[in-house]
Amino acid sequence: MKVFVNGELREVKISTLAELITELDLPVARIAIELNREVVRRSDWDSTMLKDEDRIEIVHFVGGGKN
Amino acid sequence: MIIAGRQFSSRLIIGTGKYRSYEQMRSAHEASGAEMVTVAVRRVPLDRSSESFLDYLSPSLQILPNTAGCYTAEDAVRTARLAREALQTDLLKLEVIGDQTTLFPDNEQTLEAARILVKEGFVVLPYFNDDLIMAKKLLDAGCAAIMPLAAPIGSGLGVQNPANLRIMREQLPDATMIVDAGVGTASDAAIAMELGADGVLMNTAIAESEDPAKMATAMKLAIEAGRLAYEAGRMPKRLYASASSPLSGVIK
Repeated sequence: MKVFVNGELREVKISTLAELITELDLPVARIAIELNREVVRRSDWDSTMLKDEDRIEIVHFVGGGKN
Repeated sequence: MIIAGRQFSSRLIIGTGKYRSYEQMRSAHEASGAEMVTVAVRRVPLDRSSESFLDYLSPSLQILPNTAGCYTAEDAVRTARLAREALQTDLLKLEVIGDQTTLFPDNEQTLEAARILVKEGFVVLPYFNDDLIMAKKLLDAGCAAIMPLAAPIGSGLGVQNPANLRIMREQLPDATMIVDAGVGTASDAAIAMELGADGVLMNTAIAESEDPAKMATAMKLAIEAGRLAYEAGRMPKRLYASASSPLSGVIK
């Protein structure tokens, strides 16, 4: 299956959002995820199934005051 | 300073960008006495492990996520929702930029985003041009405060239109008004406060100074001084002198 993660097309061998985070080896604290422009709550990561061409945005926080 | 019923004893809100190191940022935060700091939302890098930036913020600080970098209401709303999900806070500094060179806000998009976000329960603190009519519209939309700019973001020019701030203060006496962007040095912050601002939000003036911790202290004191002067009520300006000593009894 191929999905877009933060704009990059990636071949993945997983089926849920939670598995994607594990595969990407991301720190899970204080990140948030959007699937096809809708936020997926943390409690739903396990049950959220991915499909081909899904668009996933994974964000965290960075230093910034203005723009 | 009260924001949506929450009391803050410091009237200074500061940013977290442009510091030379996290340690330097932390010492500036401590020196400033600020209780709230603003952070930006960005994509997680997938090709390298990233340090958790938030670990460098004191746990006692209220984190104010912002929508910096957004150019449309839609992107700002999406960013706000992500921030709330990650941080479990309703507070949001709404910023919708209209132009890359000036970083001036797009007031129309800002208002549109504010209306959506207020309905979704966000405590919206919008950055906007220093314009009374826009301020009224933002407050009517349910924003918790108004955050007019003093000058372009990162310019350090100081308050460019003091009359507009004063008019907003006089016409909207009950609104929480936080001057956001454009402060360059301590006197700029003091002027904003003397004009009646409830607080000042700044980043570059501290982060790009040669000694950020020292500048943070200067800003803290300037904001306190400016507020006291505003509360004390300044003397009227006159064109001609007015002697301080009695005119009678001078030796001849």
